[in-house]
Amino acid sequence: MKSMEVSRLTDTGELKDFISGVLQRSPAQQTEVMVTEWDSALTRFANNGIHQNVAERNVSVRVKVVKDGKTGVASINQMNQAAASDVLNRAIAIADLQPKGEVVPMPGPAPAQPVEAWSDATAAATPEERADFVEAICVKAGHAGLKAFGAYSTSAGQLAIANSLGVFHHHRSTQATVNAVIMGDAGSGYADRGAVDVGELDRDELATEVIDKAKRNQNAQPVEPGDYEVVLEEYAVAEMLEFMSFMGFSALAAQEERSFMRLDERITGENVSIWDNALDLSGLPVSFDFEGVPKQRVDLITRGVARGLVYDQLTAQRAGRQSTGHGLPAPNTEGPFAVNLFMEPGTTAKAELLSDIKRGIWVTRFWYVRIVHPKASIITGMTREGTFLIENGRITRPVKDLRFTQSILDALNGTLALSRTTKLQIGEYIGASRVPAIRLKAFTFTS
Amino acid sequence: MKNFVATALNAAQVKGASYADVRLDERVQQDITVKNGQLAAVSDDASEGLGVRVLVDGAWGFAGSARLDENEVELVVERAIRIARASARARSVPVDLGPPVTSRGHYRTPVERDPFTVPLSEKVELLLRADQAMGSVKGVTIREGSMEFIRQKKVFASTEGALTEQELFESGAGIEATATSPDEVQNRSYPNSFGRHQGAAGYEYITALQLDRHGQRIGEEAVALLSADQCPSGVKTLILDASQVALQVHESCGHPTELDRVFGMEAAYAGTSFMTPEKLRHLQYGSPKVTITADALTPTGLGTFGWDDEGVPAQRSFLIQEGLFVGYLTSRETASVLGQQSNGTMRADGWNRIPLIRMTNVNLEPGDSSLEQMIAETKDGIYMETNRSWSIDDKRLNFQFGTQLAYEILNGKRGRLLKNATYAGITPEFWNSCDAVAGKSEWRVWGLANCGKGQPPQVAHVAHGAAPTRFQNVRVGILK
Repeated sequence: MKSMEVSRLTDTGELKDFISGVLQRSPAQQTEVMVTEWDSALTRFANNGIHQNVAERNVSVRVKVVKDGKTGVASINQMNQAAASDVLNRAIAIADLQPKGEVVPMPGPAPAQPVEAWSDATAAATPEERADFVEAICVKAGHAGLKAFGAYSTSAGQLAIANSLGVFHHHRSTQATVNAVIMGDAGSGYADRGAVDVGELDRDELATEVIDKAKRNQNAQPVEPGDYEVVLEEYAVAEMLEFMSFMGFSALAAQEERSFMRLDERITGENVSIWDNALDLSGLPVSFDFEGVPKQRVDLITRGVARGLVYDQLTAQRAGRQSTGHGLPAPNTEGPFAVNLFMEPGTTAKAELLSDIKRGIWVTRFWYVRIVHPKASIITGMTREGTFLIENGRITRPVKDLRFTQSILDALNGTLALSRTTKLQIGEYIGASRVPAIRLKAFTFTS
Repeated sequence: MKNFVATALNAAQVKGASYADVRLDERVQQDITVKNGQLAAVSDDASEGLGVRVLVDGAWGFAGSARLDENEVELVVERAIRIARASARARSVPVDLGPPVTSRGHYRTPVERDPFTVPLSEKVELLLRADQAMGSVKGVTIREGSMEFIRQKKVFASTEGALTEQELFESGAGIEATATSPDEVQNRSYPNSFGRHQGAAGYEYITALQLDRHGQRIGEEAVALLSADQCPSGVKTLILDASQVALQVHESCGHPTELDRVFGMEAAYAGTSFMTPEKLRHLQYGSPKVTITADALTPTGLGTFGWDDEGVPAQRSFLIQEGLFVGYLTSRETASVLGQQSNGTMRADGWNRIPLIRMTNVNLEPGDSSLEQMIAETKDGIYMETNRSWSIDDKRLNFQFGTQLAYEILNGKRGRLLKNATYAGITPEFWNSCDAVAGKSEWRVWGLANCGKGQPPQVAHVAHGAAPTRFQNVRVGILK
């Protein structure tokens, strides 16, 4: 039975032949072909049982052509000769029908550092294995008098990008993620894990963390809104970094004067360093971007000083420099995106981050974060599934979830300590962040 | 293509499914973006595939594939069945779908002008004219306009005998002007924010927006906002424009009345709901001015269709009636738990996703006031227009919204322009403070094409009919 479930991806040779065929057939001056293929499954559970359980096999063939200074992009989710003709013809037709615009230059060939992001075990994960994993969490929750909710997914995919200038890059990857909310009658806890290799997901350790959190987070009482010293767990830190990336790390945001980044100025505490590095195997590695440019490490904030931005082909052309390998699929008006973020850990044990706090708040995770003021890096959101009052160096009681409205830069300016361990947080749609838990001097809760 | 439907249903029954449904889905989408006087992006995307949902031993399994051939269809069914059997090992209670659904027929979105027959040049020229109008205002630093057109052909069939075919169209467009200073980024957009105003309609929907006539105004407003006063903090009367009311309805009424959320089926992701079953017909959700319906028959609404993705006919039902909480958005599975029948809100984001309970057109029914009258009656208030940010907790109680533009209202008159306006509240307190809703002449249907839910994530296109609305004693101006 097991062999039937192994993720079915197109053979690399066949994929290459397909892409070469499209490139050869194209009458445009420049042509780019991107193929994304994935086979994924997700088992969802609620009230201590599986309630949704799905799988899909899909492909996207995206063709970009540049013809007489005009660009056309089309996509199709089939990979055969008829689809190749169709998608190419549509891209050409779009290019032919439009006025000349700003042409995003295609990159030439350049070597990309190979990175391993594949696990046979993840690719071969079966529905029965997913059910067993989920059932184990549900049983543990049930024994504790609690209810489990969450999702467990495994996926395998490949990305290939080539252009008529000679670029060809290919990357295979797998991913396994699990998130769990455990609820009691009067409160809940949260935990998640993600890895390339499904074998790295330790269900017992996950269940212990989330059940413990849920037990401690029962009968939360309100606490007065206001400014508090806080400890943010890695879940919250990663989300904060993702919003920094969205608001400020892109060269386009800077070129359009929307970014909070003031290069070469100190914008956070000196103990804060953040960089993007898709080549680091402890993240979710990939060796090239969606324009076919090899990935580079970019130091964004180093010891509190804004040091760099990420570039794609268009923003690099405008700045008269090279892309850093952070382009998104064509057509893209959103600019480059840093999606492999790292935050430098500190020297404090996570459990010790609260030891000197007289009165503060412990935050497990954020929820529904939105931008209020991009240039001031102000975001709003709620805490969720594990918010606790810290008094005299220890957690004394759970508190009701709080709304915060806070400038990220102001918060990081008061970074008092960082945990020496880091956690990989896989993004919902793309990329991942590896971050420590942090202690901040002040965080504003507004309700 | 339709042969695959019969193949899949037969295979599912042979392999032991007590129920199966199949969706064939074919979708084409065109997106156009003009930025700073240039055509920045045009794309033409096509997707098709088949999804099979089965019930085995009272548990669900689903599989989908983009590959459409007889062999693959058999493999997809086999995979769905195997997944369902795995689900059955760890399910809680067996799924009960209630009475069978045997809908049959065809539906097509009423379209005056098929957007896919309109030349690209006509679309681009309109966006460029609007861009030029925004660019005529000194101080506008970024101009952007976009259009989106979707055609979706869906076939749904089930082992209960349902067979429906639908051809659904969407057309949308919008423009946005941005002005920046060293400390501020201010945007103004038209007709709505976050991309576009979208409806289930043809190109006539775009023409009616008259994008080029609004470019200069929003450009001027964006620039004026840079030097506007900060929205003051305090507790005030709040008047919202119709588009912001639409989002308020979406977040604080649409989502919490989704019965799958109430039952915890979204607890680990989108959250749960404060509107639990014991509150049904007991909770005074809002003031008597507040009546909210779920109406999949609303013309041009993105939640308008013939049947949902379980084959249940489109219909209208009440969620809030004169302030009283009276109904949920339901599926066959969740409705049967309450002894009800589905009110037809299950929709999937394509062939590769299972249907979930999604808002259709969740409308705040029009009242008897007007924006002009509301302002005239207000001594000390703020008028806010066009959403800029939105956030609400996982039970849908504690919310905070920001808008692009605001005006002070003093002694019945509109006063100074205000920037960075925000307001916050708790859902039932907020809706119970509603004391005026504008009438039919100011009521419009607002499409939201970015509603996220589910794991794996799905995006639904939904809509909300709304008119300008007034609330009392609202906390405004939350900005550190």
